[in-house]
Amino acid sequence: MSVLVEHFDVFVGGFWLTFQLCVLAAIGALILGTIVAVMRISPVPPLRWIGTAYVTVFRNCPLTIVFFFAAFGLPALGSNADFLRIPGLSSIFSRLGIDLPYFRFAIIALSVYTAAFVCEAIRSGINAVPPGQAEAARAIGLTFSQNLRLVVLPQAWKSAIVPLGSVIIAMIKNSALAGFFGLTGDLSNSAQNLTSAGGEPIIPVFIGIGIGYLIMTVPFGLFLDRVERRRAVAAR
Amino acid sequence: MRVTRIATLATVAALSLTVAACGGGDSDGDGGDTGADSKEFAAGSTMERLNQAQKIIIGTKFDQPGFGLKGLDGKPAGFDVEIGKALATELGIPEDKIEYIETPSAVREEVIEQGKADIVIATYTINDKRKERIDFAGPYYVAGQHIMVRADDTSITGPDSFKAGDKKVCSVQGSTPAETIKTYLANEGQQLVVFDVYQKCADALASGQVDAVTTDNVILLGFVARNEGKFKLAGEKFTDEPYGIGLKKGDTAFRTFINDALEKFYGDGTYEKAWKDTAGKFDENTPTGPAINRY
Repeated sequence: MSVLVEHFDVFVGGFWLTFQLCVLAAIGALILGTIVAVMRISPVPPLRWIGTAYVTVFRNCPLTIVFFFAAFGLPALGSNADFLRIPGLSSIFSRLGIDLPYFRFAIIALSVYTAAFVCEAIRSGINAVPPGQAEAARAIGLTFSQNLRLVVLPQAWKSAIVPLGSVIIAMIKNSALAGFFGLTGDLSNSAQNLTSAGGEPIIPVFIGIGIGYLIMTVPFGLFLDRVERRRAVAAR
Repeated sequence: MRVTRIATLATVAALSLTVAACGGGDSDGDGGDTGADSKEFAAGSTMERLNQAQKIIIGTKFDQPGFGLKGLDGKPAGFDVEIGKALATELGIPEDKIEYIETPSAVREEVIEQGKADIVIATYTINDKRKERIDFAGPYYVAGQHIMVRADDTSITGPDSFKAGDKKVCSVQGSTPAETIKTYLANEGQQLVVFDVYQKCADALASGQVDAVTTDNVILLGFVARNEGKFKLAGEKFTDEPYGIGLKKGDTAFRTFINDALEKFYGDGTYEKAWKDTAGKFDENTPTGPAINRY
């Protein structure tokens, strides 16, 4: 187990990069997923179709395929995902702004894939809002967007918290794939380096990497449990 | 660098049929001319045994374009194969009596120890750990880490070009070349991309996400050959990997015989011709035969 001590900096660096990736991808997935969910329940049929098509495609494609198209399809289309080099954000998440696009590609792949599941989680939340709420909102003259924004979505979010949490935890675990699509120095890539080129024993290295992921997922899960309990109390 | 090679076997296996034709029929006439009977070897030596049997088994790679690649015609071709043919000729064995067996990196020592091959010529780097189990003749070629760039790129001339920090390079996860190139980088996070196989690096290079790919020149040559006109090698190789010919440990007479033969090939043009017919098709810098290490 001495490898965990000797290469502590490698593990910490890998953890930090994976953490950054997960935070950014989670933000992207939540925004994109909410938009798709709204499209799926919107009164405009073409938007509904687009939303349904999106969920069908990305929920049913293996993440590896999505990663592949992000890492090799986008460059083929001439894009280095430079729109993600957001000035303020790049100073916090330093990998975002650099010339190598693979961190951004990983964010895109994870966000786009996870958004399909986020959409369905939110839709389940929306379905859990009593229909009377939306009808009452319509009755007092709120438009569709006001209805959504002020009445339905705030309640939907609440009941969507637990499924959303599962989706995000799955996403954190899925982020390990980024190390195989050009992201240098994240947790999974660090493990590869330590065991192959570094000649370190495999089992302690993977225990270390596993701990890295647990540090992210377990507290997040506990936090969600708390949120859910408070919500249950509030609802009583 | 073993790891690199194992990791890339699968990629390299898919490589070009273009080189499959290399080196096939060029030395046809040389084989039987001298005749088996005209050769005299010391009684009881491996040379005599092989000459009497009129058969030699050579272990080589079947998936290494330029060095040893088995094409659709079923015959391996490449620089290693040409060296093997020349050695067989020295032993008085005609070319068509050579039997080739595939020796991927992981099994080369076993093949020699168990006598499944008489010699192994398979991009086989001489190192001390291997010398404990087998003996090496040679080296007959010195490979090394090299840099591949897009054909129109003149800005990268060697590993030092990465020190400025604005050039991006790709290699394979957990490989020795990836570790070596790190020492030349100003900022690893900005400059280094690693994939699981070299094909992805080549794709990233072609589409402009990275400026260079680095690993053993032998592997890169395969990519240069397959993507005709798209890529080229930049500068000189910057590490040394002497390739030797593996044989059974303790067979000093045989080793001396091969070493003498190699020196003869250097002198009489056999070596140069072997290179030009095979790997030289994508690397015109014909190597001069490296000094034989008679340890």
